[in-house]
Amino acid sequence: MTAYERVRTARGKRPTGIDYINGIFDGFLELHGDRRFGDDPAIVGGVAWLGDKPVTVIAVEKGHTTKERAARSFGAPSPEGYRKALRLMKQADKFGRPVICFVDTSGAYCGVGAEERGQGQAIAENLMTMMSLRVPIISLLVGEGGSGGALALAVADRVWMLENAVYSVISPEGCASILWKDSSRAEEAAACLKLTAQDALKLGVVEAVLSERGLGQPAYYAGLRARFLAEIERLEAREDLTEQRYERFRAFGRPESV
Amino acid sequence: MPILNFMRRPHNELEREGRSAAEVQRDQHEPEKTCPNCHKEQPLSRLWANGNVCSCGYHFRMSARQRIRFLTDKDTFSELFADISSGDPLGFPGYAEKLETVGAASGERDAVICGTAKIGGTDCCMFVMEPYFMMGSMGAVVGEKITRLFEYATEKRMPVLGCTVSGGARMQEGLISLMQMAKTSAAVLRHSEAGLFYLVLLTDPTTGGVTASFAMEGDIIFSEPGATVGFAGARVVEQTTRKALPKGFQTAESLLEHGFVDAILPRSRQREVISNVLRMHSESEGRDAE
Ligand SMILES: [Zn+2]
Repeated sequence: MTAYERVRTARGKRPTGIDYINGIFDGFLELHGDRRFGDDPAIVGGVAWLGDKPVTVIAVEKGHTTKERAARSFGAPSPEGYRKALRLMKQADKFGRPVICFVDTSGAYCGVGAEERGQGQAIAENLMTMMSLRVPIISLLVGEGGSGGALALAVADRVWMLENAVYSVISPEGCASILWKDSSRAEEAAACLKLTAQDALKLGVVEAVLSERGLGQPAYYAGLRARFLAEIERLEAREDLTEQRYERFRAFGRPESV
Repeated sequence: MPILNFMRRPHNELEREGRSAAEVQRDQHEPEKTCPNCHKEQPLSRLWANGNVCSCGYHFRMSARQRIRFLTDKDTFSELFADISSGDPLGFPGYAEKLETVGAASGERDAVICGTAKIGGTDCCMFVMEPYFMMGSMGAVVGEKITRLFEYATEKRMPVLGCTVSGGARMQEGLISLMQMAKTSAAVLRHSEAGLFYLVLLTDPTTGGVTASFAMEGDIIFSEPGATVGFAGARVVEQTTRKALPKGFQTAESLLEHGFVDAILPRSRQREVISNVLRMHSESEGRDAE
């Protein structure tokens, strides 16, 4: 599959955030609102059981039908969404709950209100705060990983990608139109941007690429549940989580790897 | 443009100093600038003498080295990490050549300059982004130098002043560029957790991944007047929403109104206010350090 075919697959019909939550966890209780301004339907968050373990779950939700998708802003979070995620992550930290994020966004919402309410500031605060959490964080990229809007939910101890998910600093269309003034060259840009799961693995940006065989089936979710549980157990055994997380991100672009 | 001025060389040190090679070259061909605000044409020499500010108050762009010269006490700036230069982590078509061209034209290795200096007698670490190097875009080198500066400042227990100008992420470095947002934020956090002071001066334009990371993480955030500051580009917002943008959208003044900057600081007041606020957060120096 070419890089751009992966982009199309990542954007296509696939399970969305709520499907993963319902498939993997028991007793999910959705918690709404950022306690600042509003509640962003593009991000769903709350508490749930992962096996016997209470966890905090945060997921970008794109919706399935046209109506749902419009209601969810097509999975493009507003500052309120990032601030809701921030609130829930701080809550998780307070009560010692691991955090699991499902990322699937073409990017942060692009609009006048989002800018006026500090889209950049909201993302920046998440990056800093996620770095400071004393509980394990795992982020799974299940579809699109669009730039800072995705990173704001992916400053984690482990970042995993589904095999057809993509992760990029800019959309291939945006890249082509800026660089070559021609958005029709998106296919070429997609290849240059090294945005596939395998590319991200090679760059060390993610720890694992997960096969999509059986995607959306009960057994698939059971497999993810087991995987999360095992990894959380490993991470909880560590004394130096925040130190390790710092080093994980510190390593990108050191001169020797530049 | 008066023809006689066309080949004129910079006639004094003030004009030459602080400018990048690219600016010097460009200015020789363009000795007068027309102010986009009041449309007055004026000789560069007068502009440079006035901190690159028009008599109407319009703030022209400044290169990183000129800004350092403008803000710091004479001969106190000492550059750090100057030897780090960009690689091409993705093997992105045309990027290596681009770096070479831009490097030669600007005389800089990448889009940020770091160092230590005194401002009004108070020591600080500072980073200043360079608009004439790929519009201050953030790749691995920008991220690495800023991260190292915060680590250095944390170790030496020094405040950091950061002057931002950026078009956003360096897309030719793909995910490595994106990761710099998390990396720099981590270093800012450690500096902050050590109880140390970080002051941001936003300058025109500060956008994209820089806005969504260290530009918005200061304890105090100042902006130059009229600076464009935002996450998404204004044109993209307009195209996406298909509506006319409100007046003053993404200007420093609008950010002040919405609560995202502490104050707007024209260049005429920057040295005074910055040195004062640095002294207020200084662990060693009192009120009258100067
Ligand atoms: Zn003017």
